[in-house]
Amino acid sequence: MIRVALRQFRTEGVIGLGLLVVFAIVLAITGPHLAHVYDAFESSCRAARDCATAPNPVLNLDKPLQGALPFVVAIAPALVGLFFGASLIARELETGTFRLAWTQSVTRRRWLAVKLGLVGVASMAIGGLLTWMADWWASPLDAVNQNRFGVANFSFHGVAPIGYAAFAFALGAAAGVLLRRTVAAMAVTGAGFVAARLAVTYWVRPHLASPVHEFLPLATASGPGFVFGEAQGTMYLNAYTQNGFHTPAIGQVALTAPLVKVPNGWVYSTTALDKAGHAPTSHYLFQTCPVIKQLSNQLAASAPNTPGAKPDAINACITKLASTIHTIVSYQPASRFWPFQWAEMGIFLAAALALCGLTYWWLRRLYA
Amino acid sequence: MTAVLEASGLGKRYGHKWALSECTLVIPAGKVVGLVGPNGAGKTTLLELSVGLLRPDAGSIAVLGGQPGTSPSQLARVGFVAQETPTYAGMSTRDRLWLGARMNPSWDEALAEARIEQLGLDSRQKAGKLSGGQRAQLALTLAVAKRPELLLLDEPVARLDPLARREFLQGLMEVVAEHGASVILSSHLVADLERVCDYLVVLVDSRVRLAGDIDELLASHHLLTGPRHDRDALPHDQQVISESHTDKQSSLVVRADDPILDPSWSVEQLDLEDLVLAYMSHEVEADRRPKLEVRS
Repeated sequence: MIRVALRQFRTEGVIGLGLLVVFAIVLAITGPHLAHVYDAFESSCRAARDCATAPNPVLNLDKPLQGALPFVVAIAPALVGLFFGASLIARELETGTFRLAWTQSVTRRRWLAVKLGLVGVASMAIGGLLTWMADWWASPLDAVNQNRFGVANFSFHGVAPIGYAAFAFALGAAAGVLLRRTVAAMAVTGAGFVAARLAVTYWVRPHLASPVHEFLPLATASGPGFVFGEAQGTMYLNAYTQNGFHTPAIGQVALTAPLVKVPNGWVYSTTALDKAGHAPTSHYLFQTCPVIKQLSNQLAASAPNTPGAKPDAINACITKLASTIHTIVSYQPASRFWPFQWAEMGIFLAAALALCGLTYWWLRRLYA
Repeated sequence: MTAVLEASGLGKRYGHKWALSECTLVIPAGKVVGLVGPNGAGKTTLLELSVGLLRPDAGSIAVLGGQPGTSPSQLARVGFVAQETPTYAGMSTRDRLWLGARMNPSWDEALAEARIEQLGLDSRQKAGKLSGGQRAQLALTLAVAKRPELLLLDEPVARLDPLARREFLQGLMEVVAEHGASVILSSHLVADLERVCDYLVVLVDSRVRLAGDIDELLASHHLLTGPRHDRDALPHDQQVISESHTDKQSSLVVRADDPILDPSWSVEQLDLEDLVLAYMSHEVEADRRPKLEVRS
């Protein structure tokens, strides 16, 4: 039965493998150059001691590929679901060949188990290999960006994409049995996969572990700043981030926290709070720094709404505020990258197994 | 001889509609059984229940003494040619044979090869490109090469032209003669079955209306024509299957094991087609069921 399943999977399998090889060749050609440029720059900037400030030229190499890579890795499991999963059983049901397949000397349970097992493993292999290659190719970029935990980067690194591929495949197979139409099953698989990925990324992943909270002094190199509510909209002064703030009402002002980067970590929010955990009120800010009241009026006329040179008065004000106000960063540290990866893979694998169970149960219910 | 198929109160339902109901049937081994009935009578349902593609909603069915489709060995003992002979369109004849060999431990490669050669099929040709007749023949070959004890064929000739029909049935008879499997063959045309079957099952409206050896059935049914009679005037051992009357004349199909003695009748033998048609008419229905029942 295994060889039969292999034979019937031949066309899809060969196409999948072919695309994987094309992808591998493109990455194998461009990857070494990327790594070389990175290494060359690292040694030169180390010599010049300006690694922290000089932009790494690697970021400007192979721009289209840099853009396409996350997209390709994100879309691959969906394609696996559509072409390996949705058509796997739906086509047999649609064309009536299940009557042929299930009347040979192989029980239906074994037939299904072998098909799901074999094509499921192939799906996971594609997801895994693709991610492994992308991971390797993008490693110089990751070294520069220090953002592996970011929402977009997380899903094309590590092991989570293996889970995505397994899930998409199982979703396709289940949809195929439920709908008994290949095209309809494909549509449902595509939509379902995107919905599941978005739901897990935005609703589940942030809650896998409670974030670490860290207190930092208010004044750091980049920020903080102020946001003024104005009649024509909102005015910013040295505001790097608006995390945790509502747009202030007209005549009000809010303090924005400085931008804090955690290398390869995942920053949830950066807020400026007092010791009791409250954001400073407009009233408190005006009282502590009468100068910002005046500035507010000046700003309405001159409108410097991007970070720029800080007036001395503002710097003095921030120093004054720093005695009562802190920056609080909520984040997942880089060390949690792998636990998060395994957890997300586990979630999708569990869902995939449940869908396989549903497929078997439904198949028995329908044709038994 | 044990029964190849034994059904008791067997029923299968789709939603609220019973596709097969109260089917009690014993088919002895070694027969070539014709399963006839109008479209939608439940023929496919009965065959798919027998091969394990469907599971009964009522009653029970045993095929060759086992529960259909439950184990590899049970599946191996029953060959099945599905309606419209579905095929993997992209597979060549050779691939199909390979598939049969891989999926059936009892596969008889020599038999399969011989039949392919005899049929003159190009083993590289894709199944999607075969003619209807070739497809049916290939499907028969695949079902036979697993060397089943019981061969089930669901309307195998319904879509074939008369010549292909004849060739297919001939092929079937050859295989049966050579390898001696029992056969159940469904059709909505009696003419297809007349030449090959020795046992008949008539299904009408999801129920078994008649089952028995064709020779015995033909011997015990008579067409009576004569002056107008009332059906009540007949002896009790003569069961009226269908009747039609004009002002002066009556013509009845009756089932009677004893000879018809009434000299006012002219007695004729029925052919199989007339016999089946008599059972398919609604008279029998009215005879067996309460009048009040509303029929759709």
